[in-house]
Amino acid sequence: MNISNFLVMRHEIILLVLILFMLVLEVFTTTKNKKKLINVAIGLFLIHTIIGFFPQETASLFGGSFKTYGLVHFFKNVLNFGVLIILLQSADWLRDKVAAYNKIPEFFILLFSSLLGMYFMISSGDFLMFYIGLELSTLPLIALIAYNSHDQRATEAGIKMILSAALASAISLFGISMLYATGGSLYFESIATSLHESNLAIFGMVLFFAGIGFKISLAPFHFWTADVYEGAPTQITSYLSVISKGAAVFILMIILFTVLPVLNETWKIVVYIVAIATMFTGNLFALRQQNMKRFLAYSSIAQAGFMLMGIINADELGISTVVFFVLIYIFSNLGAFGVVQAIINQTGKENMEDYKGLYRTNPMLSLVLLLALFSLAGIPPIAGFFGKFFLYTAAAQKGYFILVFIAVVNVTISLYYYLLPVRAMFLETSENPIPYFKSKNMMRAGLLLTVVGVLILGLYSPLYGYIVELSKNIINPDLLTYLAK
Amino acid sequence: MDILTLLVVVPFLTVLVLIFFGKGLVKSRTITLVGSLVQFGLALNLLFAYLKERAINDSIMLFSRDIMWFKSFNIHYAIGVDGVSVALILLTAIIVLAGVFISWKIDQLPKEFFIFLVILAAGVYGFFISVDLFTMFVFYEIAVIPMYLLIGIWGSGPRENSAMKLTLMLMGASAVLLVGILGLYFNSNADGGALTFNIFEIAKVHISEDTQRLFFPIVFIGFAVIGALFPFHTWSPSGHASAPTAVSMLHAGVLMKLGGYGIFRVAMFLLPAGALYWTNFFIVLAVIGIVYGALAAIKQTDLKYINAYSSVSHLGMVLFALLMLNKTAWNGAILQSLSHGFMTALFFALIGMIYGRTHTRDATKMGGLLKIIPFISMIYVVAGLASLGLPGMSGFVAEMNIFAGAFQHTDTFHRVASILTVSAIVITAVYILRVVGMMLMGPIRFDEFKNLPKVTWYERVGIYLLLIPVVGIGIAPMWLSNMIMDSIEPFFKGVEVLINK
Repeated sequence: MNISNFLVMRHEIILLVLILFMLVLEVFTTTKNKKKLINVAIGLFLIHTIIGFFPQETASLFGGSFKTYGLVHFFKNVLNFGVLIILLQSADWLRDKVAAYNKIPEFFILLFSSLLGMYFMISSGDFLMFYIGLELSTLPLIALIAYNSHDQRATEAGIKMILSAALASAISLFGISMLYATGGSLYFESIATSLHESNLAIFGMVLFFAGIGFKISLAPFHFWTADVYEGAPTQITSYLSVISKGAAVFILMIILFTVLPVLNETWKIVVYIVAIATMFTGNLFALRQQNMKRFLAYSSIAQAGFMLMGIINADELGISTVVFFVLIYIFSNLGAFGVVQAIINQTGKENMEDYKGLYRTNPMLSLVLLLALFSLAGIPPIAGFFGKFFLYTAAAQKGYFILVFIAVVNVTISLYYYLLPVRAMFLETSENPIPYFKSKNMMRAGLLLTVVGVLILGLYSPLYGYIVELSKNIINPDLLTYLAK
Repeated sequence: MDILTLLVVVPFLTVLVLIFFGKGLVKSRTITLVGSLVQFGLALNLLFAYLKERAINDSIMLFSRDIMWFKSFNIHYAIGVDGVSVALILLTAIIVLAGVFISWKIDQLPKEFFIFLVILAAGVYGFFISVDLFTMFVFYEIAVIPMYLLIGIWGSGPRENSAMKLTLMLMGASAVLLVGILGLYFNSNADGGALTFNIFEIAKVHISEDTQRLFFPIVFIGFAVIGALFPFHTWSPSGHASAPTAVSMLHAGVLMKLGGYGIFRVAMFLLPAGALYWTNFFIVLAVIGIVYGALAAIKQTDLKYINAYSSVSHLGMVLFALLMLNKTAWNGAILQSLSHGFMTALFFALIGMIYGRTHTRDATKMGGLLKIIPFISMIYVVAGLASLGLPGMSGFVAEMNIFAGAFQHTDTFHRVASILTVSAIVITAVYILRVVGMMLMGPIRFDEFKNLPKVTWYERVGIYLLLIPVVGIGIAPMWLSNMIMDSIEPFFKGVEVLINK
């Protein structure tokens, strides 16, 4: 391990050091002082996030098992940024609610471990590294979901998650073994050239897709989503819905585009059907939800369906639009979850009924939620619109106009339910509204970042231009000409 | 900064100032008033600058500006105006200004009310200056979405449901429009050039006839829903009835014009072959809308419903005129948009004033108002006469042009359609005069209305702002008409070539 290797694995190594450091700190801090660890951990993660922004060369390690290039580097930074916002938003909760159970450092250790797993997953150059990353990202997450072990709902959610995650991993492993059987290798690059279209390969691809579909909660693999989202602590729910989902979508896209282009005729059909099913399932189930967390759970299922519209493009445009959309989605969803979380921390209320008349008592909080929901619904000039519009463009570029039409029908359906909380907050009044409260500074910073994000990211076009630049040459042009033969 | 971008920047500056300094009714309305006065000044300035520039410059769009926005999609912030947009921008500026005067005493959350009102106006201005489909679409949605909150928070009656219905229908239509825009975008390289959203570049491309036939109805319906095309008009009556006065004014006066404008600018201009193929189908829908709207208005007793249905009928005429595919009718369509804009805004303002005094909008529950509030009642009569197309008022000029255009077609189908449309004017007379007779004339039937407050100065200002254009266009239409006619010419060319074939 020399210094250049260190630079290549900068994200991973720093985060690992952070985890170990937290472990040591936990041993050496007295119970009374554990609250101070919150600021220490967030501060250290902030430094980690900033260091992540230093540029990075394309490189690979361990004989090609671990690869990093511009887009992966960028995406890791996006994930970091999302986690940073989540940490800021969860500081109050840790201080006020969790301190009593003496489990503060565990939260950071588990969360960072899970993030480390995602790094490895999106940097993977072979299926082995991919699988290790997938497991590393999932297992700590299960512990986090059942973090409130005194709460029955949380433990139930934990059990549900562990069962479905285990099943999903097993299925995707089975799929990978079939791809290995037909491709003769675990390395992405060799599979890409040696794989031929055969029933076994298609079977393997479908199983792999299903396994990772669990993580993204695509229909029909979404059944765990609502219960787990509802039971888990809100900060973990937001982590599940943005970071975990974003990373999984990213690697799914990279693997489909670069490893399995041979099967693109087949996986496009799969993506097409799943996209439609996911959009409709998410949207139609979201219509009648009363619990805000369940509501956002179904909304995030629907959003995943939109992301597939970029994947079906199977080209550079698809990569850039999906990455851009995930980036915006992280900010929008964290804005929505942040407000839900702030209200749960303060009052314990999480039903839409309770939001009635919120604007009159807590105008700022309502405005943040309004912007976040409008961004999710895709209303210009807020960022979500640009994300969605580019996804439509990606699908329409390859002639999938019917898919675009189905998507816009879904956007209209989704607008209805995104307006329901707006209606409760702004239009309706309540005899017993949530009283005015002042959020702490950390929470404010967390929400402010999301607001700035949804207002600026879409309108600021150089950002998208940058992503487009990064997305070039990810799909090996030689491979495409080779396939064309 | 160029003169057109200012039109969008000033409202957003107004919003910023409102956010930071607009505490309380007086401050917020003063800020908004200043903002809309500046805007009005800009619009007037634009009119004169346009007339001056037009004399020496004969490109289609003046004051054009083109800034690259998203390079990889070739999305530009491209703007420019011709006579049609200048006229509609002036309409918007006047109605917004009048709307501020009419909302002088808004009691509930005044700051937020004005913020959303100004955002709506900004969207409308942006829409009228855009020549890039993407920019146009963005501004269109910016104009529509504040409506939800404006109706939902400050409305009356079943406001939540009306607001939801209106938003879903309009946003649904815009979603359809989006498919149409993408369809245009991905066919804009039919001649081998780059993909583009710019309408003038798309217009140069020869899009195949089949594609045009496929995408014309999508684009047309996408725009026509906001122009209250039958059977997609159902959002309009309930939305208008529930909306607060200033919002009804802006909505019927300006927002509904986006539909006709979009069809003129995009659907007809870029897809002429599709237009030719589909006109008969849409003429049927437009005529149904015209007659149905007029008949429905007869049966209503709620003043706002009467006007809402009357708007369906009048705006049906705009669509009808556009579908007649000749220059005279198109000129009439734009004039009708303007005339209806001023007139309906005036109507809704008056209804708001009457409602503010009597607390009812039911025409059967009032009587003899002419004796109690003579000024408001008198203007109501004038607005009514303009609505039914009395010569000397703006409505007459517009309708005259529309029918002159419509009767140029000699085949039976167009004849029947034109005659049915003309008959709607008679029905208009019925529902206007019926209300005037019931509500304004006759003895004072209800004692509680004997002492109603007199008209205030700000109401007078609002009324005059709207009344002057109504009469002005009626008396001296030629300047406006010439300005519009010149601007229609290049947009009509595509259709003209096909017709002559």
